[in-house]
Amino acid sequence: MRSLLMAFREFRYENKAFWRNPAAAFFTFVFPLMFLVIFNGLFEETQFFVPAIGAFAVITACFTNVAMGVTISRDQGILKRVRGTPLPPVAYLVGRVLHAVFVALILITIVTLAGALFYNVDPPSNPGRFLATLAAGAAAFCALGLAFTALIPNEEAAPAVVNAAVLPLAFVSDIFIPSDHAPEWMQTIADVFPIKHFAQAMLASFDPTFRAWSPNDLLVLGVWGIAGLVLGIRFFSWEPRH
Amino acid sequence: MPDLAIDVRALTKSYGDVHAVKGIDLQVDAGEVFSLLGPNGAGKTTTVEILEGHRKRTGGEVSVLGHDPGKGDRSLKARIGIVLQETGVERFLTVAEVIDRFRGYYPNPRPLDEIIEVVGLQEKRDARVRKLSGGQQRRLDVAIGLAGDPELLFLDEPTTGFDPSARRNAWEMIRNLKQLGKTVFLTTHYMDEAQNLADRVAIIVGGRIVAQGPPGSLVGPDAAKTAIRFRLPQGSPTLPGAAASAAAITGEQVLIHTADPVTLLHAITGWALDNEVALGELSVNQPSLEEVYLELTRPKEEADP
Repeated sequence: MRSLLMAFREFRYENKAFWRNPAAAFFTFVFPLMFLVIFNGLFEETQFFVPAIGAFAVITACFTNVAMGVTISRDQGILKRVRGTPLPPVAYLVGRVLHAVFVALILITIVTLAGALFYNVDPPSNPGRFLATLAAGAAAFCALGLAFTALIPNEEAAPAVVNAAVLPLAFVSDIFIPSDHAPEWMQTIADVFPIKHFAQAMLASFDPTFRAWSPNDLLVLGVWGIAGLVLGIRFFSWEPRH
Repeated sequence: MPDLAIDVRALTKSYGDVHAVKGIDLQVDAGEVFSLLGPNGAGKTTTVEILEGHRKRTGGEVSVLGHDPGKGDRSLKARIGIVLQETGVERFLTVAEVIDRFRGYYPNPRPLDEIIEVVGLQEKRDARVRKLSGGQQRRLDVAIGLAGDPELLFLDEPTTGFDPSARRNAWEMIRNLKQLGKTVFLTTHYMDEAQNLADRVAIIVGGRIVAQGPPGSLVGPDAAKTAIRFRLPQGSPTLPGAAASAAAITGEQVLIHTADPVTLLHAITGWALDNEVALGELSVNQPSLEEVYLELTRPKEEADP
């Protein structure tokens, strides 16, 4: 209980610092909204692009933002400093995850409202599935974001390594382009990773006639999330790497 | 010995075949400022990080405030403060916010305004961390170390990169900590810092403690002796017996280390008057800690056995 209160306190400080940092706020917050405007302006398939960019926003807030932000904190010695205090390490990390989820929730709300108001896309037809997708996706991508820090050699490399992991997959995973006409081998690759399953579950929760709802998508997200948690616990480093 | 803040016995640390710490003993009394001195790579940081609980030791016994720091007890972490060399802070929070955030981690934090006053950051209270100068950020580091009102504070090179007036302020701050009854474990490579602040000093070289004691009386075989120097012109008569046997003569330069400078000086000056020898550039010096340190850390010609 005390750890949970401490985690909430950490969340509030992380949140305060985040909005004061123009670079962080821009890349994590404004970037996905920019894509929302650009794609829906360029293409007519708003029924695809609104949920797809919604999924992208959650991935940006949870995976990209957590992996980069925690790596930077690690290499600046912030994690090591926290480790020397009586704050339970898990409370610190949960605080950061809570902040990521908070940003994701704001973004998905904006995307959904913008879809209804400007792009003629109805809100999710099945709110239960929508919330389940959101919960599974946010949890999985936060866990993977924490685990992924172990693969990032230093803070300078963080943006390159994280984008190299996310962007190619996003292009074949129903995020920036519908994957219907992608060659089979690309679809097979995308099927292994969590981004496409998250995008498809998001698309289906908005409109099941556009993409069919499949509980398997959430199952795959769950497996990736647990893998991220296990690998994160095993390989996460609190010490700067120089 | 209930008043021992730190008790280290036969501590060793190896990384594979590299033996960074080769069996050291350290005892730090509660309430004293203890300084660990040594060149880079001597095992200083490894030793401190073992005491802080950041690293596991390979062998030996370590007790910090009666706890084994290797176990990572939160009750121990609540009683110590750690100021590391290179640690960042959330740059977009203010000084007061950062200190307050850390205060919240401890069961009995020190009042915020008191901390800010001890480190002298009153005027920067509401400034964002990224706007602080290097010296001010270092003071914030110390402030964070004080957040939990620790009994024992580890300070790792607290004044590296400071200009002279900032260093003097930092020293004043460390003296204030001692006044508050804190035990301070200070690592530094500035001799004058240790000489000015520390009650006791240990010098670590090559993973071993080579000297330990109050800075004024650090005992090494020659190091604690007074140095008498003068210039002896070519063709002067030979020095009197007691001086001749102890003298190291290089060209015209004479250097004599002695534990009994009064008697020896009397003999030398008497001899000089009798023989009408001018003792050019005569000087008598107590060894500074710096000389002791340089003597002890001078690379040996042969490798360690």
